Amino acid sequence: MTDLTGAQAVVQCLREEGVTTIFGYPGGAVIDLYDELMNSDDLLHVLVRHEQAAVHAADGYARVTGEVGVALLTSGPGATNGVTGIATAYLDSIPIVILTGQVPTPLIGNDAFQEVDIVGITRPCTKHNFLVNRKEELVQVMREAFHIARTGRPGPVLVDLPKDLIKSIVPFPERKAIKMQNYQPTYEPHPVQVDKACRLIMKARKPVLYVGGGVILSNASEELRALALKLDIPVTMTLMGLGAFPGTHELSMGMLGMHGTYTANMAVAQCDLLISVGARFDDRVTGTLDTFAPNAEIIHIDIDPTSISKNVKVDVPIVSDCRMALTAMASWFDREPDVSVNYEKSKHQEWFAQIRTWMEEHPLTYANDESDIIKPQYVIEMLDQMTNGEAIITTEVGQHQMWAAQFYRYNHPRHFLTSGGLGTMGYGFPAAIGAKMAMPDKIVIDIAGDASIQMNIQELATARQYNCPVKIAILNNRFLGMVRQWQELFYEKRYASTVMDVAPDFVKLAEAYDAVGLRATKKSEVEAVIKEALATDNTVVMDFSISREEGVFPMVPAGKSTTEMLLV
Amino acid sequence: MKHTLYVLLQNKPGVLSRVTGLFSGRGFNIKSICAAETIDEDVSCLTLVTEGDENIIEQITKQLHKLIDVIKVHDISDGDYVEREMVLIRVKAEAHTRAEVLRVIDIFRGKVVDVSARSYAVEVTGSPSKIQAAIDILRPIGIKEIIRTGTIAISRAGKNK
Repeated sequence: MTDLTGAQAVVQCLREEGVTTIFGYPGGAVIDLYDELMNSDDLLHVLVRHEQAAVHAADGYARVTGEVGVALLTSGPGATNGVTGIATAYLDSIPIVILTGQVPTPLIGNDAFQEVDIVGITRPCTKHNFLVNRKEELVQVMREAFHIARTGRPGPVLVDLPKDLIKSIVPFPERKAIKMQNYQPTYEPHPVQVDKACRLIMKARKPVLYVGGGVILSNASEELRALALKLDIPVTMTLMGLGAFPGTHELSMGMLGMHGTYTANMAVAQCDLLISVGARFDDRVTGTLDTFAPNAEIIHIDIDPTSISKNVKVDVPIVSDCRMALTAMASWFDREPDVSVNYEKSKHQEWFAQIRTWMEEHPLTYANDESDIIKPQYVIEMLDQMTNGEAIITTEVGQHQMWAAQFYRYNHPRHFLTSGGLGTMGYGFPAAIGAKMAMPDKIVIDIAGDASIQMNIQELATARQYNCPVKIAILNNRFLGMVRQWQELFYEKRYASTVMDVAPDFVKLAEAYDAVGLRATKKSEVEAVIKEALATDNTVVMDFSISREEGVFPMVPAGKSTTEMLLV
Repeated sequence: MKHTLYVLLQNKPGVLSRVTGLFSGRGFNIKSICAAETIDEDVSCLTLVTEGDENIIEQITKQLHKLIDVIKVHDISDGDYVEREMVLIRVKAEAHTRAEVLRVIDIFRGKVVDVSARSYAVEVTGSPSKIQAAIDILRPIGIKEIIRTGTIAISRAGKNK
């Protein structure tokens, strides 16, 4: 055991965890940590311009790499500014560790300058959090924080570090395997449950795989694909699941739910077996619960027991890692003597034909007339074409997010980063920076709205400082578009506070930050703008003036059944 | 339906607020909660009485178990168990009622723990229904103050293991 300063110990713990990049913003309570970071050339610290962005960037970094993202914030307002980012990561089960400074131990509870009870504040929006009370605990807490963040159902873990502790000398014990008596997530599926599930699959004539973010988090895309193809089971994905199964594959029905495809929603409504993998029956997916998959038996694979039978009663729950469960199911079909995979496949062909009919009758579409008005869907289609569907796409929240989900076809996991659970405007741009820092060779595009982008626009400075050439595509309708759409449909077009006519000139704004600004006001200009943006080795803001009152369709009105879709 | 949960937790600052925060945040109901150290000073035990249908109790149990600091959750009302509560009651005791109060307390096998010229403070332990019965009988005499501990409970040996 060696002794280090608290700051050295924290940095050493980050190294042990394989961290190479952290995102943060300094302040009085963490000044010693920042001082130590200056001695650490192997750790890149990315200085953001607002703490919320630090957490989103760490989140984006984690989503594309599958590793734990790290954010470093100061006490008080630094920590509270991070809360939206933490809650965003929590709702989407993203593994991040947030280090916050805290006032010195003797001052805690005294309403000291820049003191806030961040452990209390973040208790409901972290997987777990710690206030380090004793210097003997520091190293163990750091190690447990990473362990908790990345294992089981992943999530954000916050470690609150009092300033006196960071300055003091702390013991640095040797690293051992972490064993927590009270925290032992279940990874392996129970063979009895796997057997029951597979027998249900054999009974089914009209099965559907309904897959969510859990498949991506557990790196189960290959296994999912193998099972779907082995038995010819059509696949629909939640917003969080996009990319888990190739969007261009003939078995893909696209997204389901409120803005899902006609085919996906009809298939779920009529299927006789719903196999849910790493999804949680969110209200945006199910619509009214009593009409959701009314004729189906349900298999639910999830690593978190609380997700099972929370909203929808299931017939066969499997508490396990998605990858292990899918592997076990595939090998069941290989192993079981009286099962012929080809025969199983053949039983689904009639169903598959029905699905193809739905796809042909009601594909995702929009009115793309010959006029020179830019349709937002067209911009997404062009982005898809011009990047061969290979870019990492991040989004803010609103109409553009749904168009990005519908019209860009994701063929790989970890290529679509969006705030699905919390629905955080301002997520996409910092997440794109995080993703680009992790994957410098990938094209990273933040698809944004004119309202959302202004929520973290200050990060243009961060992108420039680190030569981080992310591209921002603003679908600019000078409205808070999604809320406007609801007002149009359900509030007699009373556009209360959704008109965003006063906005900056985004091209000039980009230039003010020494980035590149490009604008398209006509459909005929879109391709050239995207081409130039992709060819430019700089941060680029593309401002597309789109048809103002375009809606996102299909749409299932809130509280309705998913078969009651409003089509284009 | 009423359920009595036995919850073992790490004995650390803030753990109880994780539990109560979970209940308030998810709209579950706490009827009573009682916490103290166990024989192992690093572990505390919580007896929590809550209400809800089967699905709600299942969610409560799972959500509690998901808290990192929770070691064990057991719905002891699933099996045979003994539950106890204690109450301290300050009851008016004037010349014409002093003897009556003592008689009532004796019936409930209670004790007088404090005496003044105009009141007794009495202690009664037993099942929550016995406590309620004692309160109901004393109420017409004049109750000035009631402090209840909330329920604690233990499974009967050999019945749920």
